[in-house]
Amino acid sequence: MKVLVPVKRVVDYNVKVRVKADNSGVDIANVKMSMNPFCEIAVEEAVRLKEKGAATEIIAVSAGVAQCQETLRNAMAIGADRGILIETDVELQPLAVAKLLKAVVDREQPQLVILGKQAIDDDANQTGQMLAALLGWGQATFASKVEIEGNTAKVTCEVDGGLETISVKLPAIITTDLRLNEPRYATLPNIMKAKKKQLDTLKPADLGVDVTPRLTTLKVEEPPKRKGGVKVADVAALIDKLKNEAKVI
Amino acid sequence: MANLVIAEHDHGSLKAATLNVISAASVIGGEVHVLVAGHNAKAAAEAASQVAGVAKVLLADGDAHAHRLPENTAAQVVAAASAYSHILAPATPYGKAVAPRVAALLDKAQISDIIKVIDADTFMRPIYAGNAYATVKSSDSVKVLTVRGTAFAAAAKTGGSGVVENVSPIADSGVSTFVSAELVKSERPELAAAKIIVSGGRGLGSGEKYREVLTPLADKLGAAMGASRAAVDAGYVPNDYQVGQTGKIVAPDLYIAIGVSGAIQHLAGMKDSKVIVAINKDPDAPIFSVADYGLVADLFEAVPELASKL
Ligand SMILES: Cc1cc2nc3c(=O)[nH]c(=O)nc-3n(C[C@H](O)[C@H](O)[C@H](O)COP(=O)(O)OP(=O)(O)OC[C@H]3O[C@@H](n4cnc5c(N)ncnc54)[C@H](O)[C@@H]3O)c2cc1C
Ligand SMILES: Nc1ncnc2c1ncn2[C@@H]1O[C@H](COP(=O)(O)O)[C@@H](O)[C@H]1O
Repeated sequence: MKVLVPVKRVVDYNVKVRVKADNSGVDIANVKMSMNPFCEIAVEEAVRLKEKGAATEIIAVSAGVAQCQETLRNAMAIGADRGILIETDVELQPLAVAKLLKAVVDREQPQLVILGKQAIDDDANQTGQMLAALLGWGQATFASKVEIEGNTAKVTCEVDGGLETISVKLPAIITTDLRLNEPRYATLPNIMKAKKKQLDTLKPADLGVDVTPRLTTLKVEEPPKRKGGVKVADVAALIDKLKNEAKVI
Repeated sequence: MANLVIAEHDHGSLKAATLNVISAASVIGGEVHVLVAGHNAKAAAEAASQVAGVAKVLLADGDAHAHRLPENTAAQVVAAASAYSHILAPATPYGKAVAPRVAALLDKAQISDIIKVIDADTFMRPIYAGNAYATVKSSDSVKVLTVRGTAFAAAAKTGGSGVVENVSPIADSGVSTFVSAELVKSERPELAAAKIIVSGGRGLGSGEKYREVLTPLADKLGAAMGASRAAVDAGYVPNDYQVGQTGKIVAPDLYIAIGVSGAIQHLAGMKDSKVIVAINKDPDAPIFSVADYGLVADLFEAVPELASKL
């Protein structure tokens, strides 16, 4: 079974982004970029499926600027077998990414695509579900456990109120939640090995996909700031504040 | 044209989040219709028809909707979509699973997690864990939106007089089946709708301590209980307690963060609370930067004292 893992290059989760003074966006010049944490979890899950014998080949795919190569190398250092870069400088929105990924799926015919549930830059939480719809496949979102059983994937999903287990026919889409696994660190020998793995580059036009954005960002601004609070001396002072100043209890 | 709200429900009643989506739809303007895709879900449809502002309820009642599988819900929405300019769902795990499927089937972009309606084409939404707010304009003929519940007051449950119209349920997609659910029953208020939340982090040390220390306080306050990701990951509490960028977004009148450091991903989920209290033994913990009242103390002493003095 071939597994496709789309990985996104995003601002590292430790970076607190700043809004640009002209409100045109956030300033990401010179900030640390990394693989989206949910995509790392997706790569790790694919590697575990391979280690268990359920997967035979893992293909990492990233769409975006040339530097997404680093993200693909990182995926290959964790254990992906090869990478595909869909290179473009155009701002990609989830629907366009889903269409690009569908075109790659049509070429590669994987039985499973594992994506992150959400990219931590746009916080969209759309691409996996959109890809599933475009392919007419079943989807298991917010997965915290995946078991491949013959022609189906049994997936435990995080839902409001707890967990729900569903069985999805393969081929299928899975999106990862935080508790699915803990991604391994790429070791130095694996980082070196990853440099030699195959990495193909395509353009959206090669895939026949129109990636023109449908949404225009008119303005990006700072959220309202909270007023600085006070430290209270003890529990009695806290209760007094809550009762008499904030009047919330 | 009218707006279609995808109801989240348990067949018998509406989930609270649906009420917030109905108000967002009312702000956009135009008639508000609600789709209830369920199984033996007449009661949920009738509840929806009573909600203030709802003109019509589409009830798609059938086996395919017994477990609210997103493939089936999305197909049902698409079958009705041609009459609508806006299709809205709650930004809950259910709504997030369904809405992008609908959008892609219609070849439309989706705007996720809106917190403000600027006009019928333009919406505000948080990005980068809420560290920036983007105002986004859509050029699509149909807008597919998910709505952040805390940003729109719940519509009144009564006062509406919508008509319930039966629509034929679609057939099961056949691609996925429900196996089982492990849902946590709680007497406490729902996290997303609670007035007061007592939330615990890794500082609690264990699930036993989490319950032993926080439950008396939550009981005294009639509060819902929440947690940081670290507390959930360590198994102190179930996953749906998690507050944050990738958990639940909450905005109660009072949020008490106990043994929580205040990572940006946690703050993303609770910094719109009206009053924030932090109890942490580290005076430099980032949670204090958003807390209205900070108490630097050992939680194992301060919290029992607080519970007993209330
Ligand atoms: C992609 C991604 C998404 C994430 N999403 C979320 C999310 O949705 N929600 C979320 O919460 N996190 C999320 N995180 C994790 C986040 O970055 C932090 O790791 C997490 O919030 C830390 O939890 P904590 O505050 O409980 O633990 P810690 O950071 O370990 O803090 C524990 C705190 O307890 C205090 N403490 C310890 N003992 C005592 C005592 N006896 N008395 C008083 N205080 C004490 C300590 O001083 C410390 O401040 C995410 C991370 C990533 C990478
Ligand atoms: N540009 C991209 N390249 C590759 N994968 C992507 C890209 N954008 C989104 N994805 C995938 O879709 C997931 C969800 O992203 P989003 O829908 O943007 O929140 C990510 O975790 C990735 O797995």
